[in-house]
Amino acid sequence: MPAAVDGPPRDESARRAVEAVWRMSSARIVGALARYTGDVDLAEDVAQEAVAQALVAWSRDGVPANPVGWLLTTARRRAIDGFRRRSALDERHALLAGQLAEGETSSSLYSASGSASASGSASGSVPPADRSDDLPWDPDRIDDDVLALTFVACHPVLSPEARVALTLRAVGGLTSEEIARAFLVPVATVQARITRAKKTLSAARVPFALPPAEERRGRLGGVLSVLYVIFTEGSTATTGDSLLRPDLAYEAIRLARTLAALMPAEPEVHGLLALCELTAARFPARTGPDGEAVLLADQDRRRWDRSAIRRGLAALDRAAALGAAGLGPYGLQAAIAGCHASAPSVPETDWERIVLLYEALGRVAPSPVVELNRAVAVAMAQGPRQALAIVDDLVATDRLAGSYLLPSVRGELLGRLGRTTEARSELELAARLCRNARERAVLIHKAAALA
Amino acid sequence: MAKYMLIMRATDESLAKMMSTPFEEMLETVGRFNEELIRAGVLVAAEGLDDPAQGVVVDFGGETPVVTDGPYGETKELFGGFYLIDVASKEEAVQWARRLPASAGAKCEIRRVPTIDEFPQDNEWVIRERAWRERTGQL
Repeated sequence: MPAAVDGPPRDESARRAVEAVWRMSSARIVGALARYTGDVDLAEDVAQEAVAQALVAWSRDGVPANPVGWLLTTARRRAIDGFRRRSALDERHALLAGQLAEGETSSSLYSASGSASASGSASGSVPPADRSDDLPWDPDRIDDDVLALTFVACHPVLSPEARVALTLRAVGGLTSEEIARAFLVPVATVQARITRAKKTLSAARVPFALPPAEERRGRLGGVLSVLYVIFTEGSTATTGDSLLRPDLAYEAIRLARTLAALMPAEPEVHGLLALCELTAARFPARTGPDGEAVLLADQDRRRWDRSAIRRGLAALDRAAALGAAGLGPYGLQAAIAGCHASAPSVPETDWERIVLLYEALGRVAPSPVVELNRAVAVAMAQGPRQALAIVDDLVATDRLAGSYLLPSVRGELLGRLGRTTEARSELELAARLCRNARERAVLIHKAAALA
Repeated sequence: MAKYMLIMRATDESLAKMMSTPFEEMLETVGRFNEELIRAGVLVAAEGLDDPAQGVVVDFGGETPVVTDGPYGETKELFGGFYLIDVASKEEAVQWARRLPASAGAKCEIRRVPTIDEFPQDNEWVIRERAWRERTGQL
């Protein structure tokens, strides 16, 4: 039976099936292979080879009944072949090949998925007996495999760019092309980052395992920051013509949801998920008809995604309930986003509470950006004069040099205080420093409006 | 991201098969699948329907609607329940559907659920519906 649904040619439909299956299951496939082989680099390579093989085989034979099992079995055979080739040279590889091959014949789950895939049935009418074999790996280990893969992809020996690329590729199942498009870098750059990342992991002999219990929370911070970087790049594109890259932001949300399911007792995982959901809830209102930025004050709040707000507030409640010592940095930022999400308008926003939350955030995670945001909240709660004092202090200590945000806020405050000339030159400076075309347009517009 | 509905259609064959499956086993199979959807962060809603024999059909074939008891006559495929999922593509919805714990003979229809943003935003009724969706968190 042909795999094609109505319309697209067969290899096109096979390609889409391969992409969808990979996106849904890459973490489990690479995770399981990494556990079998003890080598993330090899696991990722053989998984990619299996994907390439699937593109050919599925367009010829149709999508197999158990696509994930097909990919896993194919990748595993590739790994065995690789070990056998190398086994001529050393005994360790001979041993590994033997162990892997043994697993293949002794595991009834594997043979079931293998034969199901060989038949190439695309009807979807798999007999129920086969369905229990849908996941041809040890179900009790899947969670640990996916989690271990996430920790390895976000390992501190890797550069931040490499962590992001490897996480999106191996855990998120994005192609190098998709990652390149999302970050506006050439495909070759992404491929080089991934290759280098895998070499670094090998060279540093990073084991495929969960971090030891005493290191886990610290390492979790590293994982969360990778997800946050991905989300931020999607929610406020630092470069380029478009303000938002929602697909990338939703990818981060998807990864955060998975992580929350895998580590349900960690408050900051829920805090990060809440922050992402609550921020993404505003996406529909953040851009105008021509893609221009719409400021918080001017957003049509009816366009905010109420379901996302509900999910975000629920995740925030979980973070608060789990955090014995109070909310962490992500939880606090989520709480601030929650204040905005629950407010009917800017004037009706609980700015006093937001000021308190920024003060708390400044204590647990001090940063000049937090100070600047606190200044904005203070301006709303108390007035521009008090806020300008905070901003001027930032300028005096030169802690946000080169950022367009500082002159942008300073210009805004000066404008509200009636110091028009100073305000205009600050906004113009901000526009020169801003790398996002859409945000720059807003700044130029504001500066012109002061004239 | 887009919402898709996986519409479950039972047949006599699949219903018979389902009836012969121990209830606990069915709960576990369906529960495991639901858990997968939840963990993947794609599940929006899901409901299953009660015994079709307890249902009522309103037939608009004649001049006035005719109400009859039970399943819809000679139709062989009965709507038995649905999953609403939020996924990146139609193909991803298809791949989820392929993994449904459905009995042999059953069918699943996959349909995209348009969002309210796709309707004319200045229409009074669309505005009212949006307000209702906001109130009830169903946007």
